[in-house]
Amino acid sequence: MARMKFLCDAERCIECNGCVTACKQENEVPWGVNRRRVVTISDGVPGERSISVACMHCSDAPCMAVCPVDCFYRTDEGVVLHDKDLCIGCGYCFYACPFGAPQFPQAGAFGLRGKMDKCTFCAGGPEKDNSKEEYAKYGSNRLAQGKLPVCAEMCSTKALLGGDSDIISDIYRQRVLKRGKGSEVWGWGTAYGKPDNPQAKPPQGAKS
Amino acid sequence: MRTRFGLLLAALVAAALVSGCGEREQVVVYKQGKYQGKPDTKPWDDDPGSALYTTSKWTRGDKASWETAMRSRNQAQNEYTRAE
Repeated sequence: MARMKFLCDAERCIECNGCVTACKQENEVPWGVNRRRVVTISDGVPGERSISVACMHCSDAPCMAVCPVDCFYRTDEGVVLHDKDLCIGCGYCFYACPFGAPQFPQAGAFGLRGKMDKCTFCAGGPEKDNSKEEYAKYGSNRLAQGKLPVCAEMCSTKALLGGDSDIISDIYRQRVLKRGKGSEVWGWGTAYGKPDNPQAKPPQGAKS
Repeated sequence: MRTRFGLLLAALVAAALVSGCGEREQVVVYKQGKYQGKPDTKPWDDDPGSALYTTSKWTRGDKASWETAMRSRNQAQNEYTRAE
């Protein structure tokens, strides 16, 4: 199996924030922490695009490189996880991450930071699988249940794909080949198919 | 006989007293670049039926069967195969 990855199709994402909500609900993520969020560029103008962003589980993860206590590890499936018992909440990973994935709960007054929290690809953490301890610290372990991340599985437009990188890139490739590019992507033809008779004219009737 | 027993007793008492003075490592032994935390279990080491609402099926401890289950689960994200 190749590495587990996320892939977000910007042509399909409708900025519904369903992935964000599903992640929060599945993992009971505390207030102030967003493991996943939807980023929109050119908001409100033609050409607007949205993309759902979380930890990208980098193959050469900068968070792993900068962690002073080496609390990060990579699983056999390529998922980047960390041990919260070891994390000191220094925030180095937050500065290193190009996606802003590491999040820090407010642990007290005066901006005191708690231990880092981030997307786990719904793979839990270094505790007994599907145990109460694992759920409390890291959230749901869907991979150990034979499932994929909830954000990708529940995405209504299937903009967000998650899983084995080979398979999801094949799905995306097939999709792009079918739908075409540029203006071919959008419009009546994409939604309802090509008209049976393109030369047909609308019936002329009296105006009401 | 009595002196031997006495000596043995004294040695045992001394050993018990000294055992409290042992110095153990109180902090994580740091090895740069190496993961320092607890080991994690593999997802395929669990029984498929150990969690609620599990639909995928694999053999416990068999990585290949877990991967096959995940591959078929992955295809549920492809609506072209579902629609055709």
